Amino acid sequence: MPMNPSTGARLRLLVGKVGLDGHDRGAKIIARALRDAGFEVIYTGLHQTPEMVVATALQEDVDAVSLSILSGAHNTLFPRVIELLKKAGVAVPVFGGGIIPEEDIPRLRKAGVKAVFTPGTSTQEVIDWVKTHIRPRNEATPSRSPRPQSAARRGTARGRKTPRR
Amino acid sequence: MKPNGTGVLTRRRTRREWEEESLNPVLKKSPERMQEFTTLSGVPVERLATPENLEGWDPGEKLSLPGEYPFTRGPHPTMYRGRLWTMRQFSGFGTARDTNRRYRYLLDHGQTGLSVAFDMPTLMGLDSDDPRSEGEVGREGVAIDTLADMETLFHEIPLSSVSTSMTINAPAAVLLAMYLAVARKQGVPWPQVRGTIQNDILKEYIAQKEWIFPPRPSLRIIVDMIAFCTRQVPLWNTVSISGYHIREAGSTAAQELAFTLADGIGYVQACVEAGQNVDDFAPRLSFFFNAHSDFFEEIAKFRAARRIWAKVMRERFRAKDPRSWMLRTHAQTAGCSLTAQQPHNNIVRVALQALSAVLGGTQSLHTNSMDETLGLPTEKAVTIALRTQQILAEESGVASTIDPLGGSYFVESLTDTLEKEALSLIASIDRMGGIVAAIEQGFPQREIAEASFRYQQQLEREEKIMVGVNRYREGTDARIDVLKIPATVEPTQIRHLKQVRKRRNPIAHRNALEELLRCAKAGENLMPAMVNAVEAYASVGEICTTLKAPFGEYREEKTYF
Repeated sequence: MPMNPSTGARLRLLVGKVGLDGHDRGAKIIARALRDAGFEVIYTGLHQTPEMVVATALQEDVDAVSLSILSGAHNTLFPRVIELLKKAGVAVPVFGGGIIPEEDIPRLRKAGVKAVFTPGTSTQEVIDWVKTHIRPRNEATPSRSPRPQSAARRGTARGRKTPRR
Repeated sequence: MKPNGTGVLTRRRTRREWEEESLNPVLKKSPERMQEFTTLSGVPVERLATPENLEGWDPGEKLSLPGEYPFTRGPHPTMYRGRLWTMRQFSGFGTARDTNRRYRYLLDHGQTGLSVAFDMPTLMGLDSDDPRSEGEVGREGVAIDTLADMETLFHEIPLSSVSTSMTINAPAAVLLAMYLAVARKQGVPWPQVRGTIQNDILKEYIAQKEWIFPPRPSLRIIVDMIAFCTRQVPLWNTVSISGYHIREAGSTAAQELAFTLADGIGYVQACVEAGQNVDDFAPRLSFFFNAHSDFFEEIAKFRAARRIWAKVMRERFRAKDPRSWMLRTHAQTAGCSLTAQQPHNNIVRVALQALSAVLGGTQSLHTNSMDETLGLPTEKAVTIALRTQQILAEESGVASTIDPLGGSYFVESLTDTLEKEALSLIASIDRMGGIVAAIEQGFPQREIAEASFRYQQQLEREEKIMVGVNRYREGTDARIDVLKIPATVEPTQIRHLKQVRKRRNPIAHRNALEELLRCAKAGENLMPAMVNAVEAYASVGEICTTLKAPFGEYREEKTYF
């Protein structure tokens, strides 16, 4: 199980869905696969703005942010999330995937996106990449250890709209 | 005794004898390719279907005849011999002016129906100048903010002679009101207006996720629209109950059937509870299913859908009019089956899927273009997709006889299996208190997420194959052209919207929105006030914001996995 060696806490990942489209099939599959691989995963839910994603990333104190984008707006949304994280003064790595044409990938990499996964990528490839590339971001943060593991954490924040697993 | 292929007389053997004497020795020598064969959805597939599969099966009850209850063989007595299915390709992009030009081109080339694709902000009830709309205006469909855009969209298109299909859900009432307002401006009486609006909000919570209000007030708007159309726009198809998106979100074929029909049951139930007579509105409900890649499973699905719906309408809702029992459907080939890898292969996938929809007896069909995983289709790709339908219709011979697979041991038993699985899911939903309660409990959403995760695992283990993705890969994929939406669309659309806001009568606009709010709060039918509001040039965003006050907003919360 991927652990933070000093605190024994698991890596914490945010799966974010930005934009107006409702294509959450991929985001949910990735979230579930990462969870099954032993990571702690928070899924933002649909129709998030970059500001909302960054606010959640900070609030949840995650080690990495992954974005799922299928609307074609990746060239504006990825850089904006990265820029907002920078503005907030936190160095959280950003990666992601979706329907992203090959020719856009160099530009996204240059903008600071750590990895871009395109259709056909297996969930194992993503898991392997996370295991090798994502490190606990800030081991000294006291709020991170120990992490609450109450029943509420496993379900929906308020349990109102989203299905519980 | 009968002669076999070599002319030698042999005794006719039972299936059991065949298994013992012929099959087992072969299996011992060379086992089959897989331990277990299943459909794409995981339904076990037998080696061979024989008359034993249909023991006790009564063709009179299960099949009947075309145009006769329970319509397994099709809703019409002549099917494609009388009239081919409607080839309805969905389109829309950029501004209303851009799309109007495309529609007039299509109509000039013999198309008789239009099918409008709206952009994401319109689908979500947002104006083009809303900050959340940035980057999305006109990208995946046409941008409509006010009646002025709708007037442009149908400029020089007589609404008396075209039928229009509008794919919109959460703000459907606003767009229908705009369409009716355009008809009124053109002098076309509403009883002559023909078309379909998707207007299926329940599947939005289940699968497509373009919502505005919570389920219960959303359902009330739909009940209002149905009551209004029954009285004033009698030729309008009020809801296109859609399984397409449910399947695209990763459901199985049986789940697609069950959740779609359960949504249908939800709408009928709500209208009946509101005091409407079932036979007044049910004939105007239509369906929309996915045509996915498992050829026989899809054919069986269409056939099972008609049989289940006929029984539900007749037995559960006591409908008397045969048109209320009849499931008429549109179909679209499965977008999620297309691959970005080796995109030309998609042409073949689409052809097979389209054939399954035709053999399943669809009333209209959209064939996807090979480049749709990469963006909106180019004209060339759309033409190939349309030609695919024309080849099926006019070259292949499949349209010459009705339900050619009727009576096939395999297809009939698969039809029965899908029917049984779907009915059992519908029964679970009934026990939860109906589809709205099931959605609120997240039942269909969870079932679909499970199924889509299961399929992803099967792909990764190569138990299911996608050519070019997990088998027969190539290093580099062929580059194909993709349609680019010019960057000028968004600022142009925002400028139009600002001009309309400046030009309209502010008092009429304010009064119309206040009247709409009053009707919403008082529980009066919303549609007359809605038409009044769009005629005062209130925008989609303004109307939806007004209604959020009494109805509330639906939001997906974050989830801890």
